Amino acid sequence: MDLIRIKNVEKTYKTGVTAIYDLSLNIEKGEFVFIIGSTGCGKSTLIKMLYREEKPTSGIINIGGINVSKLKNRNVYKIRRKIGVVFQDFKLLPKLTVYENVAFALEIFGLPTSEVHSKVIKSLELVGLKHKAKNYPHQLSGGEQQRVAIARAIVNGPKLLICDEPTGNLDESTSMEIMKVLEEINKLGTTIIMVTHDTEIVDKMKKRVILLDSGRIVKDYKEGEYVREDI
Amino acid sequence: MFVKIFRILGRNIRDSFKSVFRNFSLSLASIACIVITLIVVSIAMILSFNVNNFTKAVERDMTIVAFLNRDISLERIEEIKDEINVINYVESFTFEDKMTISEEMMEESSDFDSILGKYEQREDNPLLDAFQIKVTDINQIENVANQISEIDGVYNVKYGEGMVEQLVSVFDIVKKISYGVVIALVIVTAFLISNTIKITIFSRKREIEIMRLVGASNINIKIPFIFEGLFLGLFGSVIPVLVTIFGYEALYNTFNGQVISPFIQLIVPLPFTYFVSIALIAIGILVGMFGSWRAVKKYLKI
Repeated sequence: MDLIRIKNVEKTYKTGVTAIYDLSLNIEKGEFVFIIGSTGCGKSTLIKMLYREEKPTSGIINIGGINVSKLKNRNVYKIRRKIGVVFQDFKLLPKLTVYENVAFALEIFGLPTSEVHSKVIKSLELVGLKHKAKNYPHQLSGGEQQRVAIARAIVNGPKLLICDEPTGNLDESTSMEIMKVLEEINKLGTTIIMVTHDTEIVDKMKKRVILLDSGRIVKDYKEGEYVREDI
Repeated sequence: MFVKIFRILGRNIRDSFKSVFRNFSLSLASIACIVITLIVVSIAMILSFNVNNFTKAVERDMTIVAFLNRDISLERIEEIKDEINVINYVESFTFEDKMTISEEMMEESSDFDSILGKYEQREDNPLLDAFQIKVTDINQIENVANQISEIDGVYNVKYGEGMVEQLVSVFDIVKKISYGVVIALVIVTAFLISNTIKITIFSRKREIEIMRLVGASNINIKIPFIFEGLFLGLFGSVIPVLVTIFGYEALYNTFNGQVISPFIQLIVPLPFTYFVSIALIAIGILVGMFGSWRAVKKYLKI
């Protein structure tokens, strides 16, 4: 069953630059998909439209039954509550502890405190940071901070996890740790879309890979098909 | 449903409270701004209330004195009482018998005693019987005085003509100006605090962005900031309230409750300063909430 249906989507910015041309794409529930391509190929624009930071100029984006392309600004939170997003720069709140950063995403729904607690602990356990719950973000390494960000993204059990260059700021071994965490989350049933330019990781993971160039899909590799060329 | 709303509200209050302390240097800027302006507001309020109080006291003391003809009969005096009674704006009046007045004067001084002692008969007494009349509205004093002067048997009417009108119009202007100053100060404070909070919230743009990212609706984002404004206003009003209560008390005691002459009386500190304090807290809270609300609105995509 398809979780994401993108149909004839086009995105032209107000500046007149067209980032995405007539793009159609389906992603099934439980898939792990990499989106790769050179800088400026439109991969960031594409995922920004998925979590409705940007609105497509034309076309339809449907995620789990919600027409994201038609969502009004004040209703954006409806889709944000169904998906998790992870960024290159972590986007943690520096004044909140690890626990509070993760709990934050649940408390706005008005969940009972005991439920918040058990979910946060479960989520932190999954990323292996339960013992750092009381630390502040600046006391953690980059990899740990990213794991906190992942814990926050998945704490309310989203169907979809969007990762925008999650390993961009991290070294190789830390990056692989993050990938292990993501794979684990994927195994538990969450669909993952990850944008990256780190082809080494993509090569190792053997997942579906979508190659973008100048706002168009040039190649859609099935699981295990992708082979890194530039070695 | 209600449980959920209260739970969210409770968390908002808790988080706002924490946020005030975690962003302490920024909070301090807003609080300092509130403290200074509320002290100025407090001074303006105390001044205007005192001027108002003094004006009212003076107005209360304003009386019309109506002297009666020397040969007036006691029956006619009773009739005049009824005639004064039906005039509009008359609050109360007293009749002062010339025999009583002369007795009082004789008791006061031996000079008067030797002069007035000769006139033992009412008909001989050189003084005049008089009515003292108080009016309900100071602006009507001239009108009432004119009506009384037309009563048959009234010899002369005195009410400090000219001086009274001038005093009344001066008080009126002072009152209007002092109210205007207080209102203007409150409005200026609101925008000043709003701008201070706006600057402090600017540094928290990222926080708002992340809140949106994890699925906070606009209301979810706004409420904690509004509560934060409430706390800033509440904390900011503590010092002005203390300054008001203790400062005014000290001022009152230093001047013995009067300024320049016993004629100008200060308002007794209690419960006056409590009312001013409640007003200050209310202004602080409302202005803090308004400031935060206005500031956070700028960073929301609506």
